[in-house]
Amino acid sequence: MDTTPKAISGVSTFLDDRIGAGSFLKRNMRKIFPDHWSFLLGEIALYSFIILLLTGTFLTFWFKPSMGEVVYSGSYQPLVGVQMSEAYASALNISFDVRGGLLIRQIHHWAALLFIAGMMVHMLRVFFTGAYRKPRELNWLIGVGLLSLALLEGLTGYSLPDDLLSGAGLRITEGVMLGIPVVGTYLTFLLFGGEYPGHDVISRFFTIHILLIPGILLALISAHMVLMWVQKHTQMPGTGRNNKNVVGAPFYPAFMAKAGAFTLFTFGVIALLGTFAQINPIWLFGPYTPADISAGSQPDFYMGFLEGSLRLMPAWEINFLDHTVSLSVLIPALVPLGIVMTGLAVYPFIEQWVTGDRSEHHVADRPRNNPVRTAIGFAGIAFYGVLWLLGANDEISANFHISLYETTIIGRFAIFIVPAIAYFVAYRICLGLQRKDAEVLSHGVESGVIKRLPHGEYIEVHTPPAQDIADHIRGKAEIPIIESGVDGEGIPPKGARTALGRLRAKVSEAYGTDHVPFDEGHGHDEHAAIGAGDQSDGHRDGH
Amino acid sequence: MTENFNDQPEGRVPARVIGTPPSNGPILGNEVVREDKAVPGVYPQDPAAAKRAERTVALLFTITFLAGVAFIASYVIFQVGTIDRTAASNYALGSSLSVALLSLAAGIVVWVRRIMPKYNLVQERHPMASEADTKEYVEETFLQGANESGFVKHKMLRRTLLLAAAPLGLAPLVLLKDMGPLPGTALRHTVWGAPTKDGKPRRLVVEGTGQPIRAADFNSPGGILSVIPEGYEEDLNALAKATLILLKFRPDEIKSGTNLNWTHDGIVAYSKICTHVGCPAALYEQTTHHILCPCHQSTFDAADGAKVIFGPAARPLPQLPIGIDNEGYLVAKSDFKVPVGPSFWERGDAEAEAREQKA
Repeated sequence: MDTTPKAISGVSTFLDDRIGAGSFLKRNMRKIFPDHWSFLLGEIALYSFIILLLTGTFLTFWFKPSMGEVVYSGSYQPLVGVQMSEAYASALNISFDVRGGLLIRQIHHWAALLFIAGMMVHMLRVFFTGAYRKPRELNWLIGVGLLSLALLEGLTGYSLPDDLLSGAGLRITEGVMLGIPVVGTYLTFLLFGGEYPGHDVISRFFTIHILLIPGILLALISAHMVLMWVQKHTQMPGTGRNNKNVVGAPFYPAFMAKAGAFTLFTFGVIALLGTFAQINPIWLFGPYTPADISAGSQPDFYMGFLEGSLRLMPAWEINFLDHTVSLSVLIPALVPLGIVMTGLAVYPFIEQWVTGDRSEHHVADRPRNNPVRTAIGFAGIAFYGVLWLLGANDEISANFHISLYETTIIGRFAIFIVPAIAYFVAYRICLGLQRKDAEVLSHGVESGVIKRLPHGEYIEVHTPPAQDIADHIRGKAEIPIIESGVDGEGIPPKGARTALGRLRAKVSEAYGTDHVPFDEGHGHDEHAAIGAGDQSDGHRDGH
Repeated sequence: MTENFNDQPEGRVPARVIGTPPSNGPILGNEVVREDKAVPGVYPQDPAAAKRAERTVALLFTITFLAGVAFIASYVIFQVGTIDRTAASNYALGSSLSVALLSLAAGIVVWVRRIMPKYNLVQERHPMASEADTKEYVEETFLQGANESGFVKHKMLRRTLLLAAAPLGLAPLVLLKDMGPLPGTALRHTVWGAPTKDGKPRRLVVEGTGQPIRAADFNSPGGILSVIPEGYEEDLNALAKATLILLKFRPDEIKSGTNLNWTHDGIVAYSKICTHVGCPAALYEQTTHHILCPCHQSTFDAADGAKVIFGPAARPLPQLPIGIDNEGYLVAKSDFKVPVGPSFWERGDAEAEAREQKA
């Protein structure tokens, strides 16, 4: 094709004459996007969000967010004649009397799970590769905000159908709100329009779920994308890649097409799940009544860690001056969430303080190359994971024949011990992997060729690693350490004179010390030398 | 035509601009004759392999077309109305939709990977921070504008503006007040204390059937019933606080924690609403007399005043004083002596207060 078709050139000229789209396109059509499988994780969340908006809109056409009582008369025979809220009746109606309604409802629920799961793994990728570092701290904070809002969005969403399971979640929400000191009772009465359950909470959650939070999410996601676009994506270390460039494929046409395909894959997989993997079969639970509950009630997976922390907590409660502080509710509801979310939010700034590093980073770290960060991340995962598992301790107890109380008691210790073990193990694994890397650089890789030396010894010939692998390994960046030593006159630098300063220096040293410096060129023993006899380029980067 | 090229922030390496327009001509569609010349970082595919790939892509796109048609057909063919028909409709719609989407996705992937060139293009990054002279200009302009506005010089203007903003900022919060009534003492009472229309004590009825319970009929030790107040069978607000579990013990099983004056012939009534966060404590183990809340596994000893023996609940399930009316049906003798359900700030040590009142 040598000329642009009239249809496209006409429209583009029209637009350019009016909004000057040309200069934007000139800058951005060939914007380079680096490639790595882990960069797709955030896209899963993004595309799930689009699916949520589409399917959610469909559901609102039939859903009636009302707690008014009706007698069910729809197609689901077992519940005909039962008194229930209009919300539950309309959710049944969507499932059984609207063609494709059940499919869209299940797709909506699966997309919600994938939305949050996608955000979580994306966030872990960004954390472990240090992609939150300057200049991307703002986008990291937006991400933490998105994740928190998404949890709230999920909570308000699965409370809407007003079945027995969703009501149990709502009841727990109310019980936790009541526990907030000073204002808890008032907040609860405001949210529920009086006593629990009242007649308002479904319609209020509906507004929050379909308008307020999605609106904020949409704004924040847009900001997230714009910042990513302006700052350009990080890249993994490799041949020809550095902090001053970005290497990859152009937006138009390759990345555009790939993103389109990935949207369709995400949608396709969620559609498969929505078709064949039944989720939240509300018709089996029955209408909500505060007098009943089914055993084994579980929230959606992303709420599991809060459920687990509620279950773990010993019965602590303080009464003073005629007031009650319900620690057995407050601590599990606030502390884990606070540790995880606040920890995530402040981590980039703490790391900057520890390393004193104020420079821009565009080449992502391999997780092994910053062992302390990776170990902290794994301790966090372990902390979250223990709480999450304990959120299903009744299922664990039933399926593995462990006493229910034992699971709780084990959990009370595990919540402290397992993160410590995870920290240690992850740290050692990182160092081990670094040693492996160092070995590849200094000794090369096994070639599979066995050689017999003149004196009879057999050795395996090692060859230098392929260029791209070697460059990938050499991408390990030094972690700065703040200056703490005394100068020539025995005076420590200004920042290191206070107790906090000394602590900072110590942490900085622990954080930044490279325990496995690469030693290329040295230690090239006979293995490599012999290999180099066959491979003319054995000391390519030797020094 | 490239005179603007140098001041664009992102110079391309290699510089490659497709169809850069003359400054006043059409943006696309001008006659640029392009040969397929080799561009560094763009590695075209082998034409023969691309041709083979095209056939794969075409096949996948055709599958999508057929699956899309199948989806629309399924919508028309499969009606809903019974569980089986809904299931059939769900499978037909869902599988055709999934195949259509996945096949389209796979086709595009083959297109990108086997027909489009391989790319290894390089673009330079620039520090995010602006140039020094830009910063200087912005700072100067900011100061100039601030002075021109008079905001700094005219103190009264500044202060009254802040003053004006404060109540307006609070206004939206004030408006939210009518979302609900003040709590008052609502959480301290249940409908068990409310008088009935004819002034008689309120009967206990079985949840679900609404049948009143004759004490003589509830006579097998180890039995348990979920019980609600007569007249409030459909009132969820009432049930959220007033639901009971009713248990029957042999006299020797009852321990000191249970108030015997509030029982009738070994029949004890406890609030079913867990004192942790309010789930119905619905599970009962007959042999141990343990009541278990399925939400967070708070466990209460039913024989001993429902005191907590495990889990996060901090207080026993409150006991309801019960007796029988002149027809032999179980009735509430009064309301609970302490608030039921989860703890709240204003609750205080209601148990201690109740003990003092009694003493």
